[in-house]
Amino acid sequence: MTWAMFVQHALNGLTLGSLYALIAIGYTMVYGILRLINFAHSEIFMLGAYFVLWGLTLFYLPWFVAIVVAIVVTAAIGILVDRVAYRPLRDAPRISALISAIGVSFFLQNLTIVAFGALPREVYRPAWLENPILMGEVRVLPLTLFVPTLSFLLMLGLVWVVYKTKPGLGMRAISKDIETSYIMGVPVNRIISLTFGIGSALAAASGIMWALRYPQLQPVMGSIPGFKAFIAAVFGGIGSIPGAVVGGIMLGVIEIMAVAFFPDLAGYRDAFAFILLIVILLIKPTGLMGARLEDKV
Amino acid sequence: MLKVQDLHVYYGGIHALKGISIEVPKGKVVTLIGCNGAGKSSTLRAVAGLIKNKKGRITYNGADLTSRDPVEIVKSGIVMSPEGRRIFPHLTVIENLRLGAYSRSDEPQILKDIEWIFELFPKLKDRKDQKGGTLSGGEQQMLALGRALMSAAEVVMMDEPSLGLAPMLVKEVFDIIAAINRQGKTVLLVEQNAFAALKIADYAYVLEVGAIVLEGTGAQLIADDRVKSAYLGG
Ligand SMILES: Nc1ncnc2c1ncn2[C@@H]1O[C@H](COP(=O)(O)OP(=O)(O)OP(=O)(O)O)[C@@H](O)[C@H]1O
Ligand SMILES: [Mg+2]
Repeated sequence: MTWAMFVQHALNGLTLGSLYALIAIGYTMVYGILRLINFAHSEIFMLGAYFVLWGLTLFYLPWFVAIVVAIVVTAAIGILVDRVAYRPLRDAPRISALISAIGVSFFLQNLTIVAFGALPREVYRPAWLENPILMGEVRVLPLTLFVPTLSFLLMLGLVWVVYKTKPGLGMRAISKDIETSYIMGVPVNRIISLTFGIGSALAAASGIMWALRYPQLQPVMGSIPGFKAFIAAVFGGIGSIPGAVVGGIMLGVIEIMAVAFFPDLAGYRDAFAFILLIVILLIKPTGLMGARLEDKV
Repeated sequence: MLKVQDLHVYYGGIHALKGISIEVPKGKVVTLIGCNGAGKSSTLRAVAGLIKNKKGRITYNGADLTSRDPVEIVKSGIVMSPEGRRIFPHLTVIENLRLGAYSRSDEPQILKDIEWIFELFPKLKDRKDQKGGTLSGGEQQMLALGRALMSAAEVVMMDEPSLGLAPMLVKEVFDIIAAINRQGKTVLLVEQNAFAALKIADYAYVLEVGAIVLEGTGAQLIADDRVKSAYLGG
């Protein structure tokens, strides 16, 4: 393998990994606060992509507007899912909310089939995304630079919200002790909504970039990336935002590199995530960063 | 004045409070004493808005607070420092204090109040960027009280602030409660350390299995034979 090819693979891995990381953040934030695995999160990812398609083909919105609208609408749906399916079960045993999450996941998938059909839909890409950029011997698609950069900026924004703003302080407090936060005046339900909104917006951004990279939409398109992002969140230490980022990026890089170095194993591509999960759970059950509880949100 | 009238609290089938009435006049220290499980915490938690399954009436300066949620209770001027301190171990001292001020938006006054807390508890100032979880038990209790005071509420309810502290620190806590009261705060104090509580209390209630069995001024109850034998160890 030449050096140029290695760089290319590394960049591809980083791209895929950033997309996993953006989804993983939503899993980890909701888990950090509610100890709930939001199985509907992979459908939120999928809806983000579909809404862009809808905006483009049905309302003839310009790309930029379609993307912003899709992210906002998806965030609203994420909040709505919590309000309708999880909030009424806040005091119920945790398994009830988990089952509700699985139900919402199926519901959203089927709703998408009803609204958009079950057949794969093509997304046409803006022309400027198709022309490879040459950097010495390394040829990369613009997306390969664009996705990690944008993801990085989104994550910086998230860190700012969580660590530098008042609602972020509220989030960090309720992730540790909901009741005490409540009597100190933190509007718990509003902060939980905000958490779902942020997580869903990031997942939508990921879904949209995913659709630009693999331009075919299907109602089940969220399942595999969603599952891998969940694994990335567990791998990084569920509840930890830095863990979700590191876990997502590592998973993406490992997946791409494994296929690059061992092309014979390409068919087992999706299995790497699970092997990684099993290994980490055996060595360090709390995940890479799970021990540092202070990062839990 | 905070007024609780005929308060009943239920946990599933358990009837934990059976019609409690107490009054906490402005500027006073009122204490609630009683054995484990008497219902002291339940009373405070009901006032704080944490218990939905209750009957009775809770009013503050005439306004009905009975079915308000905890955020509304804080905003209306009543705050609780919970049993077991429950500071946020992963947040710094400053962040814990800021969380106490979450219901407020008067930033300049919040900054002044943080300074006020540091005057009240100088040890917290030295540790202001340290995580709450790294403080000693006594310091955590100071932080819990400081956090409650940061809400700027007029009525401060404290659930066993001396719990688990060394005797020297217990004295310090009671001195601070008296100081907080002198600075104008109304205090509703729950304590198992009956003698110390009665000494600083203007008025006191004795709670037994969910009902008030005795009440009077602090001095009256200290002198009362039943209180002496049951709560003051002789
Ligand atoms: N969440 C709960 N579920 C069921 N029963 C409860 C609950 N909380 C309190 N109780 C019961 O209600 C009664 C009063 O409890 P409470 O905590 O108010 O007592 P307390 O006077 O504060 O006791 P302590 O001095 O031990 O703190 C007890 O019998 C207790 O077992
Ligand atoms: Mg108690």
